[in-house]
Amino acid sequence: MSDKNDKSLLEKMEESQVWKSIIRSGIPRTRRQRMHAILGSVFLHLHPARLPKHAVKVGYTWCMGGLSFFLFVNLTITGILLMFYYRPTVEYAFTDIIDLSEQVPLGIMRELHRWAAHSMVLIVWLHMVRVFMTGSYKPPREFNWGIGVILMVLTMLLSFTGYLLPWDQLAIWAVTVGSNMARATPFLGNEGPGAALLAIGDINLVHVGSDVRFALLGGRFVGEATLLRFYVLHCIAIPFVAMIFMAVHFWRIRKDGGISGPL
Amino acid sequence: MNITALKSLIDALSAPTISFTILTVIFPFIFPPSDWFEKIHRKSGLWRIWTKLGGVIGMILITAFFVIGYFDPYFNKTLTKADNFPIVLMIYSMWFYIWLGMFKAYRNDIRLDQGLKPNEYNDPDDKVLVWPDLVYIEFIALILFQVFLIVWSIIVAAPIEEPANPAATPNPSKAPWYFLGLQEMLVYYDPWIAGVLLPTFIIVGLMAIPYVDINKKGDGYYSFRERRVGMFIFMYGWVVLWLFLIIIGTFFRGPNWNFFGPFEYWDIHKVEALTNVNLSELLWVKWFNQGLPSNILIREGLGFVITGLYLFVLPVILAKTYLKDMYAAYGPTRFVTIMMLGLVMLALPIKMYLRWVFNLQYIVAIPEWFFNI
Repeated sequence: MSDKNDKSLLEKMEESQVWKSIIRSGIPRTRRQRMHAILGSVFLHLHPARLPKHAVKVGYTWCMGGLSFFLFVNLTITGILLMFYYRPTVEYAFTDIIDLSEQVPLGIMRELHRWAAHSMVLIVWLHMVRVFMTGSYKPPREFNWGIGVILMVLTMLLSFTGYLLPWDQLAIWAVTVGSNMARATPFLGNEGPGAALLAIGDINLVHVGSDVRFALLGGRFVGEATLLRFYVLHCIAIPFVAMIFMAVHFWRIRKDGGISGPL
Repeated sequence: MNITALKSLIDALSAPTISFTILTVIFPFIFPPSDWFEKIHRKSGLWRIWTKLGGVIGMILITAFFVIGYFDPYFNKTLTKADNFPIVLMIYSMWFYIWLGMFKAYRNDIRLDQGLKPNEYNDPDDKVLVWPDLVYIEFIALILFQVFLIVWSIIVAAPIEEPANPAATPNPSKAPWYFLGLQEMLVYYDPWIAGVLLPTFIIVGLMAIPYVDINKKGDGYYSFRERRVGMFIFMYGWVVLWLFLIIIGTFFRGPNWNFFGPFEYWDIHKVEALTNVNLSELLWVKWFNQGLPSNILIREGLGFVITGLYLFVLPVILAKTYLKDMYAAYGPTRFVTIMMLGLVMLALPIKMYLRWVFNLQYIVAIPEWFFNI
């Protein structure tokens, strides 16, 4: 093919204008290039260029934070693919889910999405356990621990809103059980303590058609409006909020002194 | 002992009254929060749980439970539900990772005793490059996890039941598995506490941890003895009051939310006597032998007094006596926060035992205002 003195294909490619325009530092061979590979990449620059040795050990971090983020991205991608096929209406939701496995080629997308979602809840929990056990929430990282708690709650809410979408018996009754609790919210639920106090004369302001459960379900029971509401919450609203909190979470890891470690 | 006898024994032991009590009693000896507990922890050999042998034995016991369960006609039904598989994963992974953390903590404790730095320590100037040292680990981790997800997805179909039918309530109706701890709390508290107040306290309490924990030690490495009280409280809340209640809710709760041992048939006609009484009924009807007063506040007066004493007077007494040193070290704001969070957390097991021992339904019972405690 080529003379031995010739440059390899990789090296030739590296010198081309196209390659240089994309990856400015070349293939990371030298120390300097390797640092630049991290600093110059919008994705990798979440990381610092250099880390203390313990920080790259799986035994210390269990990789759980990274996996949580990976699962979020994974779920976004599989979720977008599912949205091509799924219509959030009482009429179509269930049959669309059936079609996902029976009509769509390689129909395991719903499985990938569901099992990744369950895994994400577990992985986020394990991330919290790891951070607690290494005492990594201690100053100056106390604020970021709080952000993490919010992200964990959002993860569970994401999973909960997604639970309704297949619109089968499992879905509506699990969500009915879960959302029935909202009925008992103090002051804001129609069966909550103090709700009766919120009245003008003898007209109750908080009743079954105006309480916090009604706002959550868009009705008096889990129905058409709930499906749409949970669909929007699941696909747009909660991921949007979660992304903002994730941005803060990752930013603050770096700003609060990087990964924790013994002094 | 044959397998049937073993199964009945496990059935009997898993009743919340017994299993929860065993866990609660044994817990401070597993995560010893004081010298006294630590002494017994050492002498009894319970510390071996956090050695390699303990880890393996734990894995074997969990596996044995699931294997026996898999071949049991009744447990098989709960165990092989597709949506219950995450609980199996949860039991394995929580055991493994808590064990791993404690194993590393104990190794570090020994090093710290000898005046050495923890295992995680290295020279601050001696750093590694993220490319390739971290990037390839992350890459391998996500590839492995993706393979795991694909295999899981090919083997286990996502659950789909009959189309939604608002007219047919399944019995039992269960929330998604990660909320089953909350659903289990509904047995002991009304929805406004179990479903609203306690979750709020859990979230606020978790977020408060870094602000109320003034112990500066154990930051950035696994350790136990330096922060044993904090570890004990967190682990009790996490393992017993959260994970274990999820396990009860998933595996041990059948029709009408009645308790069933794992190897028991879910008999829809199982009768559980509902003999629970309110504190006010005990006071007025049983002890004073008269009808309930019509004034609600008088009727529930004792309940209000007890709740008030528990939440607002007890912290003051503790601050002046038993926890005087802690009050001095933590200051009033932190002390009150810790007390409130701690007492609300403790209120769960307390109410559980009041129910089990005295059949107590409510301490304060004002259904007229939806205000039951």
